[in-house]
Amino acid sequence: MTKKQSTSKVEVPIIDAKIPAGQLAEKWTNYKNTQKLVNPANKRRLDIIVVGTGLAGASAAASLAELGFNVKNFCIQDSPRRAHSIAAQGGINAAKNYPNDGDSVERLFRDTIKGGDYRAREANVYRLAEVSNNIIDQCVAQGVPFAREYGGLLANRSFGGAQVSRTFYARGQTGQQLLLGAYSALSRQVGKGTVKLYTRYEMLDLVIIDGRARGIIARNLVTGKVERFAAHAVVVGTGGYGNAFFLSTNAMTSNGSAALQVYKKGAFFANPAFAQIHPTCIPVQGEHQSKLTLMSESLRNDGRIWVPKKKEDAEAIRKGKLKPTDIAEENRDYFLERRYPAFGNLVPRDVASRAAKERCDAGFGVGNTGLAVYLDFEEAINRLGEHVVRERYGNLFEMYEKIVDDNPYKTPMMIYPAIHYTMGGIWVDYELQTTVKGLFCIGEANFSDHGANRLGASALMQGLADGYFILPYTIQNYLADQIRVPRFSTDAPEFEEAEKQINEKINRIISIQGKRSVDSIHRELGLVMWDFVGMARNKKGLEHALKRIQEIRKEFWSNVFVPGKADDLNTELEKALRVADFIEIGELMARDAILREESCGGHFREEHQTEEGETLRNDKEFAFVSCWKYNGEGEEPSLFKEMLAYEFVERDQRNYKA
Amino acid sequence: MWLIDSSIGRKLIMSITGVLLVLFLLFHSIMNFVSILSPYAYDVICAFLGANWYAIIGTMGLAAGFIIHILYALILSYQNLRARGNNRYAVKVRQKGVSWASLNMLVLGIIILGFMGLHLFQFWSKMQLIELMHNMGAATDAQLTALAAKGSHWVQYYFGQPIYSVLYIVWLSALWFHLTHGVWSMLHTLGINNQTWLPRLKTFSYILATIIILLFMAVPICGLLKAGPLFSPESMYNPFLNI
Amino acid sequence: MEKNINITLKVWRQAGPKAKGKFVKYRLENVSPDSSFLEMLDMLNEKLISERKEPIAFDHDCREGICGMCGLYINGHPHGAMGGTTTCQLHMRKFKDGETITIEPWRSTGFPVIKDLIVNRNAFDTIMQAGGFISVNTGGVPDGNAIPIQHDKAEEAMDAASCIGCGACVAACKNGSAMLFVAAKVSQFALLPQGQVERATRAKAMVAKMDELGFGNCTNTGACEAECPKNVSIAHIARLNREYLSAKVKD
Repeated sequence: MTKKQSTSKVEVPIIDAKIPAGQLAEKWTNYKNTQKLVNPANKRRLDIIVVGTGLAGASAAASLAELGFNVKNFCIQDSPRRAHSIAAQGGINAAKNYPNDGDSVERLFRDTIKGGDYRAREANVYRLAEVSNNIIDQCVAQGVPFAREYGGLLANRSFGGAQVSRTFYARGQTGQQLLLGAYSALSRQVGKGTVKLYTRYEMLDLVIIDGRARGIIARNLVTGKVERFAAHAVVVGTGGYGNAFFLSTNAMTSNGSAALQVYKKGAFFANPAFAQIHPTCIPVQGEHQSKLTLMSESLRNDGRIWVPKKKEDAEAIRKGKLKPTDIAEENRDYFLERRYPAFGNLVPRDVASRAAKERCDAGFGVGNTGLAVYLDFEEAINRLGEHVVRERYGNLFEMYEKIVDDNPYKTPMMIYPAIHYTMGGIWVDYELQTTVKGLFCIGEANFSDHGANRLGASALMQGLADGYFILPYTIQNYLADQIRVPRFSTDAPEFEEAEKQINEKINRIISIQGKRSVDSIHRELGLVMWDFVGMARNKKGLEHALKRIQEIRKEFWSNVFVPGKADDLNTELEKALRVADFIEIGELMARDAILREESCGGHFREEHQTEEGETLRNDKEFAFVSCWKYNGEGEEPSLFKEMLAYEFVERDQRNYKA
Repeated sequence: MWLIDSSIGRKLIMSITGVLLVLFLLFHSIMNFVSILSPYAYDVICAFLGANWYAIIGTMGLAAGFIIHILYALILSYQNLRARGNNRYAVKVRQKGVSWASLNMLVLGIIILGFMGLHLFQFWSKMQLIELMHNMGAATDAQLTALAAKGSHWVQYYFGQPIYSVLYIVWLSALWFHLTHGVWSMLHTLGINNQTWLPRLKTFSYILATIIILLFMAVPICGLLKAGPLFSPESMYNPFLNI
Repeated sequence: MEKNINITLKVWRQAGPKAKGKFVKYRLENVSPDSSFLEMLDMLNEKLISERKEPIAFDHDCREGICGMCGLYINGHPHGAMGGTTTCQLHMRKFKDGETITIEPWRSTGFPVIKDLIVNRNAFDTIMQAGGFISVNTGGVPDGNAIPIQHDKAEEAMDAASCIGCGACVAACKNGSAMLFVAAKVSQFALLPQGQVERATRAKAMVAKMDELGFGNCTNTGACEAECPKNVSIAHIARLNREYLSAKVKD
């Protein structure tokens, strides 16, 4: 599947995404019309392992089981319903055009491509827009209680990056309701016996036999036992790796380990540097902070973002000597309105995040840490009245007050950007298959359809599209060749070897018995990531980060302390295994960020910006997906490219000033 | 059988017997109230409810209701205790909005049952039971037999003694608590409830319980205060006088 | 900024499902009132690790009140005394300097302890598998707007659907009953037109599974509703009773 193509300096192999021929709008239909299928009698003979039970994992496991395959589904928490998809607030996009405001599949496709700053694959994004409507129908049929108009029809709201209202929602809990829908469908199959569910299991390795993914090694988190599972194909849907930053909006167990394991077994890791930073999160309170809470982006519709104009005011606020309400209007710097007069507080996520960081770095930050800016509703309350603000944002204000103990109706909210979503991930072709045969990757875990930046309400769409409507087709094209392959025994030497290595790794970590707790090392890594691989990156900083990450790796493998035993419920051991992988991912992110000598979407290289401080894309040299191939411990990974040829859309420059 | 095997089935039985018992209590309380207004009228009612076939069937039905209600209370409580697990919570707090009565229905029930023994001994055994035994040919005390249908006599006799009046007031208080939870709970179990009616039914529960208990309590209170046609020192009531 | 506080913790420690548990007292100093309750436990664990002791095992994940993973019985209340809040959203400013805080696991036969404060809530999944779904396969469903749904009914279904499956209802109930959890799901589907076809079978199957798994009988105390972090109303239990009884009577 690889062929050589010479680029400017070195020969970089090119990989092919197997995109079907034809017009954009016909590709998916053509594919479905000609792909190979597996007949019902044979489906029963085929086993599929699905790792993860979020929107992608649960919907895939349920749909595959409905088709007749035998599915083994693995869940790291005590129930599939806990997967972090549940925390998504805003909504899910679909090109239904119910509001009659001019939406179409084509428009959703174009908005998503543009939102991703022209670093996504056209054919995939078009397919995503195509199936978006089916997702809404499916969820309604499952009993998802979407918001309704008084006439009983589905309600829509608007979201960033679009001129139409195409976002379906269930209060501020859309992710929860969609996940519970998929969980219901999955539960039905578990009840029927077509899905065997393994809860409190964590995948620790992929097993490859004769070049094909044939199983996994997983640890039972309750007993600590390392167990083997075989199947004809393996699907990984384990989410993103944002927790490499320690503090993020991800859940505590969200991790990148499954992705890293398959990377080490030959799957390519694509665009690791593309991570999204969300501007409106509740800021860090103190040194014991464990995670960051997101506040919906919608707040920026009515809130004004500012910091004090004078440094001494900011200092006084940090020391608690002044309150924000003490700062006179003329001494406030509404920096987004100042810098981006046309879009003001409504600039895209990446732009708003960078501007806030710039002010705080310059010493104007507020809060006790100096890493926060104000989001002020005073003007909105004066203009609309408190009751209107309460109607629009009441539940968010309540949540804020619970966490910060400050009344946002009286004093401005404090916000700061935080890592939220990773667009990068395991490289997959059009069929969602990785570079390892029989290994598929879905949802946030794959490098996905979002390019360099994801639009709001698109993550839920992609997870469910992969699980319900894409993978169940494409995986059959692979499995059609596998119907003669008998069930595997987990006694195969490959399983034995993989299990042995995992046990060795676990024992090695426990036997270090050093002085540092797992969290303290993870925090240290997170800080390096945030400072040098975060919102604004530069070559010097990234190289420094690479050096620091190597030091942290050394520190981890020589000085970590994991109490307890391997064959027991041991949360410190679980964390240690994940942190070991985050260190590798962090390194990969830094490496990818160094390579990408341009700024696009969430990836901002300070060397590549316009005079006004905007992203400066380089389509000539960097219109590709950077794919990294693992070459063994201590070896540098090698780069492969998937060229992003734009046949149907013209690349544009994003502009938010006028 | 789902009425026995399922939790909601068992609750249905509690609920239906509960409805029966509440209706009985309502009737009984109104009837009792008559005794302090007009002892003779009360005697007429007592005679009507003597050893007649319909009264006996009613009594048997009632007894069955009581027994089933108590039996199921014990079964449910035992199962619930087991469902709670082997380790108890070290700290126990009653949540806001949770009534004390709802957490202590079994205790209240046991108090009620204990007093009911006394009550049956004092009244039922001297009235319907005697009459029944007499009718069936057993040798009964002539004086008691003559008084069997004279409810007002026994009311006057027992509630004329302050100790019994006080005991009955205590008993009725327990019954009041039991009813405040029981009435809305039985309707809830039958599914007759929703968001809007939840607070209304709870209020209804308190009102009904209070009416029933006030009607009942009027008798021992009159007894204590020596008031009304039955208890006042000037009372002209004579059980053997037929008017 | 408020002053940091010193607290004493009485924590249930239990080595495994069969081991005998006991309370262990820990002193924790200099806790920021702005920390969340779980961050305070992180701090304690960090301290235990620095003393080379095994940290306290407790369940937690999203830490923003929606996944339902966390669940601690704090000073006599599931998720602590503050209403409408999960453990992860509870903050230390709600506690006083010098206070002793007792932390216990959910205690009920339906949720056996796995280790320390972690309990096994698989029973909830098993109940869901018995009938907590609408039997539609992927694909071939009607358009989302084909069946209009009354606004208020959709809202009430959403109220029920906001259950996070944390198990606080069972933990709070003196009978260890799972009625609120089951009622929330049955009620959600009973309110929606899509749920009508399997209305009767669903109620019967889910209640039967709930009974089989050793949960107690509901006595309508309302403790579940009082402690539910998502304020799911016991009115849904009345609907479940209605659904179940009418299904059984029709049989």
